[in-house]
Amino acid sequence: MTQTKTTQPGSEQELKHPQDHLLRSDRLPHIWCATCGIGTVLKCFIEAIDRSKIPYDDIAIVSGIGCTGRVAGYVKLDSYHTTHGRAIPFATGLKLANRRLKVVVFSGDGDLSAIGGNHLIHAARRNMDITVVCVNNFIYGMTGGQAAPTTPGTAVTSTTPWGAFEPAFNLPQLLEACGASYVARWTSLHVRRLTKSFTEALLKKGFSFVEAIAPCSTLYARRNRLGSGYDLMKFYHDHSEIRHGADVNEVDIGFQDKITVGKFIDRDRPTWLELNDQQHEATLGEKYYRHAETIAAAAEADAAAPPTGTAEKTQDGGKDSGKDGGKNGGKDDSKEGSHA
Amino acid sequence: MPRREIRITGYGGQGIILTGYIFGKAAAIFDDRYSTMTQSFGPEARGSACASALVVDEEVIAYPYLRQTDVLIALSREGYEKYIDELNQDGGILIYDQDMVEPQELKGTIKMYGVPAARLAEELGKRIVQNIVVVGFATAATQLVAKDAARKAVESSVPEALIDLNLQAFEKGYEYFDN
Amino acid sequence: MARADPGHVLTGSHYLDGDHACTEGALSAGCNFIAGYPITPSTEVVERFARRIPTVGGTFIQMEDEIASITAILGAAWGGAKVMTVTSGPGFSLMMENIGLGAMLETPCVIVNVQRGGPSTGLPTMVGQADIMQARWGSHGDYEIIALAPQSPQEAYTLTIEAFNLAEKYRTPVMVMLDECIGHMTEKVVIPEADSIELTERRKTDKPPGEYLPFAVGEDMIPDMAHAGEGHRYHITSLTHDEQGYPVMSAEVQDKLVRRLCDKIRNNTDEIVMLEEDGLDDADVVVLSYGITSRVARAAVDDAREKGLKVGRLRLLTVWPFPERYIRELAERVKAFVVPEINYGQLVLEVERCAAGRAQTILLPHMGGDVHDPAVILQAIEEAAS
Repeated sequence: MTQTKTTQPGSEQELKHPQDHLLRSDRLPHIWCATCGIGTVLKCFIEAIDRSKIPYDDIAIVSGIGCTGRVAGYVKLDSYHTTHGRAIPFATGLKLANRRLKVVVFSGDGDLSAIGGNHLIHAARRNMDITVVCVNNFIYGMTGGQAAPTTPGTAVTSTTPWGAFEPAFNLPQLLEACGASYVARWTSLHVRRLTKSFTEALLKKGFSFVEAIAPCSTLYARRNRLGSGYDLMKFYHDHSEIRHGADVNEVDIGFQDKITVGKFIDRDRPTWLELNDQQHEATLGEKYYRHAETIAAAAEADAAAPPTGTAEKTQDGGKDSGKDGGKNGGKDDSKEGSHA
Repeated sequence: MPRREIRITGYGGQGIILTGYIFGKAAAIFDDRYSTMTQSFGPEARGSACASALVVDEEVIAYPYLRQTDVLIALSREGYEKYIDELNQDGGILIYDQDMVEPQELKGTIKMYGVPAARLAEELGKRIVQNIVVVGFATAATQLVAKDAARKAVESSVPEALIDLNLQAFEKGYEYFDN
Repeated sequence: MARADPGHVLTGSHYLDGDHACTEGALSAGCNFIAGYPITPSTEVVERFARRIPTVGGTFIQMEDEIASITAILGAAWGGAKVMTVTSGPGFSLMMENIGLGAMLETPCVIVNVQRGGPSTGLPTMVGQADIMQARWGSHGDYEIIALAPQSPQEAYTLTIEAFNLAEKYRTPVMVMLDECIGHMTEKVVIPEADSIELTERRKTDKPPGEYLPFAVGEDMIPDMAHAGEGHRYHITSLTHDEQGYPVMSAEVQDKLVRRLCDKIRNNTDEIVMLEEDGLDDADVVVLSYGITSRVARAAVDDAREKGLKVGRLRLLTVWPFPERYIRELAERVKAFVVPEINYGQLVLEVERCAAGRAQTILLPHMGGDVHDPAVILQAIEEAAS
């Protein structure tokens, strides 16, 4: 739905979001707070969909529950808003039933790494051919600011009123250990790099994981007196360190400490579907009834490319430390792409 | 033939369940009767006590469990001791492996038939077919199912490469009773 | 009606246990996706599926737990597959939240519970029938469910096919409430020719993208389905939603949705219910049972009739929805219902509710591990008849 607004007497100007083609504008305004990072992350993701040239009808989005879980409701794609923590197994079923689909799980840190943690590690171990986007705001937002497995030590939440003390998950380390094919982390300030990682993740064969650190000013920042939305962006700007290929054992995030970002893992492993086919072909030969269609074949077959993304005006933030590990990550790409 | 109830017992690895399965299949698939096979499941592994139970009837079987055993096939001492008191003293049949079980004086009119099944199987070079020797022997001794039905059930229940061996074992057991 | 695919159907007479027969039923019904997790006494179902499906055409995946298993089959159903998962008590408990998701998203799927003794780990290798109420009420919120209770390996086969047909017709999770006895009991199972097996096909939308509303319904209250990747680019949510599938947090939309989720099954109870009656015409006493217990009951009823008692037998093949009207009418003309169950009184509560004092209701509980002694049922029949 397009909103119209009279700007001058007698003349009507159509106001459209630049990504209207992939947004359910009839559901806007969204539920996210002002200065929440999820919207920015979603914008980068939508841009990445366009860049990936994957046909819209071949993409399905699955979300769990929570603030980020609402993403499924705002994207004009086949989208499923499931139960808390269960987006990954739902996505797994969807993918296995229709290999042509590019299935993306878009959910929050609590949904994916606490209640859904078992599914997360097993999907990575299987190298299930799905992309998981984890918006990490260090807290449970929807339920009012409780501690998450990602809450860094000493942070105040409603369930750690005297400060969190449990060690937090280092998600890239966890996913690397489990076998993910692609692991990257950015903050919501790094819109260009985040967009590029999303594009790579969407096109990557196997299990790809992108962690997007995003501010929750209403709960996390307020409880910890971290300032306004601007202050939070400024913090990302000043404290992010880009280190592609960094040792994932060293990228844990302390309270108001340095945030190491970059593409940490980019490797090729056979996917669950490939191994499933290989094993059955090896043991059953001609008798194996193979479901032929793979994502690669589907992508190849599809010439019809969607329109490319709209111009991006936001500049990337963060300083580039230049410590490119080079092993797994690609070159820094600050000059890349179709940005205006 | 009216309802008959059969208990087969031994230890895990002797093919106790398969023995019950073969008799049941012989009756239900190749002998145009009804049969229900049940088994006690437990966390037991190879070497521990094991039993299967079979009901064979001319009519649809409602109650699928044993109320009074008509035929007890015992391939281990432990199984024999556990189940011998269930056996119908009035005309029940005990089939046992002579080398494994030493039956006591039994009450009533129980008929006893011993077979050196493990030894006969070894003569064929494969002790593993001990249970099929018993199937042959018990088929002859009990007339539970027709010989042809039992043979077909053996044939269709063992791996293809071992069909001949198993049929030899079956015949060997059957003939042992005849002799 | 569609017919089964000959490539899926193992036509012939087989000597199978209930678990294996259930797998064959699923294959005959065209099931091409199972996600499961090992649990006694149900594991044989998925083991056979894992062995058979690569040459039939479809996918088996062993998930990390039962929560993942139920959720994966829901995803696969939305991807276009015909789906099933299989479990027993503890796994059934874990599945409950997402059985609710299946009901809410109106996802055709089959859930097999090979019941064992509970609560908790209970009796993993021995029988129970104590998940019957859980099957109906286990997930939170209001919804209706369909649950079937086979009494033999043959019925494990036929009722699994029926479960798929009902799931597709009513777009709902359907449960096959097997029990350890039937699951591990081996009998003759006759699998017919494929072309004599009738299958209900998923009713897909004929609306083009842009016009399709995922939860719009006609008179039958059952929405037409569309799968992911078909161009509709719809939104499907576990939140209370309108016809478009959009979340709406209002009492009005909640009322409309919940009523429809329940009534699409409730209003079709007579059509869904399958039961077997025997000698009810002049019966004073009716023994009402389901699953393995119905076979034990039958032995007792046969004995009672030999003693000249006017006793009838009623067996529920469909446990849910409960045949309320039927029981109410029957209660007008019989003296008593005898209800043996391998639990401490579950379905008897429904019988009691429907009989509403018009006939006596006698529970014969048995806590599990084995079946009732037929003599106990016989004694209860004698007491009820006198």
